[in-house]
Amino acid sequence: MIVAGQIKKGAYFDSVTLMRVGKELTGLPGVADAAVVMGTKSNQAILNSSGLLIPKFNAAGDTDLLIAVKAKGAKAAETALAAVDGLLGKATRKTVTGGEIRPASLEGALKVLPEANLALISVAGRYAGEVAMRALESGLHVMLFSDNVALEQEIALKQFGRKRGLLVMGPDCGTAIINGVPLAFANAVSRGNIGIVAAAGTGLQEVSCIISNAGAGISQAIGTGGRDVKEEVGGIMFIEALKALAKDEQTQVILLVSKPPHPQVLNRIEKVTRTIRKPIITLFIGATTDGGGPATLEEAALQAVALARGQKPDEAARQLAARDEGLGKLAKREAAKRKKGRKYLRGLFSGGTFCAEAQVLFKNMLADLYSNVPLRGVKRLGDSLRSQRNTVIDLGEDEFTVGRPHPMIDYSLRNRRILEEAADTETAVILLDVVLGYGANPDPAAELASVVRQAARKVAVVCSITGTDQDPQNRSRTEMALRKAGAIVMPSNAAACKLAGQIIQCLGDQ
Amino acid sequence: MTAINQLFRSELKVINLGLAGFKQALDDARVPAVQVDWKPSVEVDPKLLQWVRARQPAIEQANAKAVKVILSGMPQLVGLERALDVIPGMKPDILLHAGPPITWDRMCGPMRGAIIGALLYERKARTPEEAQRLAASGAIEFSPCHEHAAVGPMAGIISPSMPVFVLKNEAHGNRAYATLNEGLGKVLRYGAYNEPVIQRLDWMQNTLCPVLKKAVAKLGTIDLKNLIAQALHMGDEVHNRNRAATSLFYRTVAPAIVKTCSEPAIVAEVLEFINQNDHFFLNLSMAASKATLDAARGIKHSSIVVVMARNGTDFGVQLAGTGNQWFTGPAEVPDALYFPGYSKADANPDIGDSAITETNGLGGFAIAAAPAIVQFVGGSSDDALRYTRQMYEITAAENNIYQIPSLNFRGTPTGIDVRKVIEKNILPFIDTGVAHKEPGIGQIGAGVLNAPVEPFQKAFEGFAKSLSKK
Repeated sequence: MIVAGQIKKGAYFDSVTLMRVGKELTGLPGVADAAVVMGTKSNQAILNSSGLLIPKFNAAGDTDLLIAVKAKGAKAAETALAAVDGLLGKATRKTVTGGEIRPASLEGALKVLPEANLALISVAGRYAGEVAMRALESGLHVMLFSDNVALEQEIALKQFGRKRGLLVMGPDCGTAIINGVPLAFANAVSRGNIGIVAAAGTGLQEVSCIISNAGAGISQAIGTGGRDVKEEVGGIMFIEALKALAKDEQTQVILLVSKPPHPQVLNRIEKVTRTIRKPIITLFIGATTDGGGPATLEEAALQAVALARGQKPDEAARQLAARDEGLGKLAKREAAKRKKGRKYLRGLFSGGTFCAEAQVLFKNMLADLYSNVPLRGVKRLGDSLRSQRNTVIDLGEDEFTVGRPHPMIDYSLRNRRILEEAADTETAVILLDVVLGYGANPDPAAELASVVRQAARKVAVVCSITGTDQDPQNRSRTEMALRKAGAIVMPSNAAACKLAGQIIQCLGDQ
Repeated sequence: MTAINQLFRSELKVINLGLAGFKQALDDARVPAVQVDWKPSVEVDPKLLQWVRARQPAIEQANAKAVKVILSGMPQLVGLERALDVIPGMKPDILLHAGPPITWDRMCGPMRGAIIGALLYERKARTPEEAQRLAASGAIEFSPCHEHAAVGPMAGIISPSMPVFVLKNEAHGNRAYATLNEGLGKVLRYGAYNEPVIQRLDWMQNTLCPVLKKAVAKLGTIDLKNLIAQALHMGDEVHNRNRAATSLFYRTVAPAIVKTCSEPAIVAEVLEFINQNDHFFLNLSMAASKATLDAARGIKHSSIVVVMARNGTDFGVQLAGTGNQWFTGPAEVPDALYFPGYSKADANPDIGDSAITETNGLGGFAIAAAPAIVQFVGGSSDDALRYTRQMYEITAAENNIYQIPSLNFRGTPTGIDVRKVIEKNILPFIDTGVAHKEPGIGQIGAGVLNAPVEPFQKAFEGFAKSLSKK
């Protein structure tokens, strides 16, 4: 094996294009591994850890493109390197048609679309803050999908946004629905009278889908990015969004979803909620509930639906109790199918909010619970690549996503892990989330079918689907395909967790 | 009502910066959206970036002034003279060359060849070897054309005895000078110096120049700005394509030549010489650009580029606001279409003062006007449109006279702002001819390239520092 590479000075491509080209390079004959990345320090570190760093890369800067190839011989490496220009050309040309005007800057874009009112920003994090500030200065609301934006910059952006009355969703805001338009990773949901503010991306997707699938709809769904409710940012946008929903005529019920805010921030939020006359459902995932509030995303969504229909919120609890009655029987049946010694649960999540919700539910059901992102009372996994007893993993964490697409897009990492877990003779249940919608993998059922089929011969594969029939992937079609492959498909993450937990409990009782 | 609630009541219109997939979802939802081809800025010291931003009002004012000077320029051909008699700073022992300053030891092959040829032509040496020794001896001074109100294509050598066009910018009074184009094939500007090359130069001095001089005197002046504007409507960008402009020039001078020269054989020789060379006008479009841009020199706080030039080793940039300071970096080998038998391996790095046309909103900046040469830019006329469109991102103005028919007669992008080059990381797009790296072989292709980033990085930094001075 030899490692060869080249530097292209000042050649910028977005990371998605580069990953696609990297993947195509790896597929060339004789090539074992390849990477095409911008020359940042962190990318060089990644190259180093995958054995693709060559000395001449040290001289490269942030705006230089690095191409590295590990190949069987010099000839294969040379051929691969020679192919890069063509692949890059192909990747970019596709999106550029003849006369289409593609401005190169925000000001150029404003000339083409002077009445623009929102900037959707997904450029690399170290540039994103600056770009977002320019957008705000131009009077645009901002959805900042990019992560790795400095905390001080986030604070500056949000303070500026508040002063101008502009929305600043993010950084690290994966999803929002404004005026019925799904932005970035969002689902095609019905419009209606429930407004959502969320500092938890997949949480927002889950509640909006459950609401839509239950026949109600969304007025606005505003993401703030997870850091908004921390002490430093102080909930600036969470509160601004809440106030805007309070004033919005189309919004009759407000639903708030977040991991537990910092106590001071919580105080501030509560101060505002007390002044609002519309009913508000609040779910702080992982906070100790003092009774009355919803316990899960599913319950919170159904409470909002009940209120939106003029019913009492405890209607949701009644519905769920009826639904959950059937779970015990199903759990027993599944437990009986497992070979002796198979007794643990392995949750492999692509959505961080789901991983947190799973821990909240399992804390009271299962002993010996481990995670790479443990909530209080859950043990920290020593090695994220190796499960221990009952384990839930967030595969969207940076340790898994640096240099590769998010697991909601690229299923290869999780698929490998599913087979590994199924091969572990102690695994009884594999728990999965499948997230549909814009931005997500175009056909998750096709990605999963073969590994689910293999895994289901040894373990129970329980999964939830977050999505609607209007999503490009179609929820019903996805559900059918997964069932056919041998998965047990539940209507929500909470329901999937409850079933999975009960199967493990049954096995413990045997 | 707050702006957020206003947003809830408006039609959503989105600018998407980054992942193009997000735009696709918006298109599917029929939401008006624009995709931005976003790139990070060129790396410069963030402190200098802040420094420049903080002084934006003064810079904008200075640039407005520079743009006004450039757009109001009126380059006219007013005569032909011997270089020694008219070019400021011209001396018997000086040779002017293209691009930023350079010493003999760093010169590329074609430039060395052209210097050898010029010394033979000046009869300062009898053999190429003698010329080479003389050039290396330090007895001959080398100086950039641009520092003498002059420009030269490729090697751009101007020696004291050479005839030059004399241009006057009627709006601002400054003059500019350029040699006469020798034609294609083995020529001095590509570093050829054999006997026919020197003979041609002699003929140009003794026959072509006097004839043209009398004809121009008869006409009084020739309005080059008007002529270039017409040529743009006829498929030229007056850098890599000068066929229309040469024809227009020919139509203008031919009657005057016939009227002022009594020897029919010489009339025929001169007219044929111009007629056979599609690039005869190139030196005039360059000199017209030089006359136009020189008037904008010395405008304090202006970040407008007034010179882009290459000497085959370095690429140099000068700004309106930074005086005679050069900002340089290595010149690159152009992407080109090569004549049969040649390849990129034979090519010399980019050379010549002809990038003055791009600096003036012509050449590569006006390539959308020249569909006939789009194969140099990758084949389709859409590509040419895109290149010109992209140049609007880094320029301060749209030309009032030079227009692109296929862009609905939009003015060409004019007045490169070094701040925009840095912030948007878009480098000026230049049409160019390619010289063989060995002297004397001549042109081996033509193509296009983006200017290298380094001179612009340095120019931005130099500009930022110039702002601190009172």
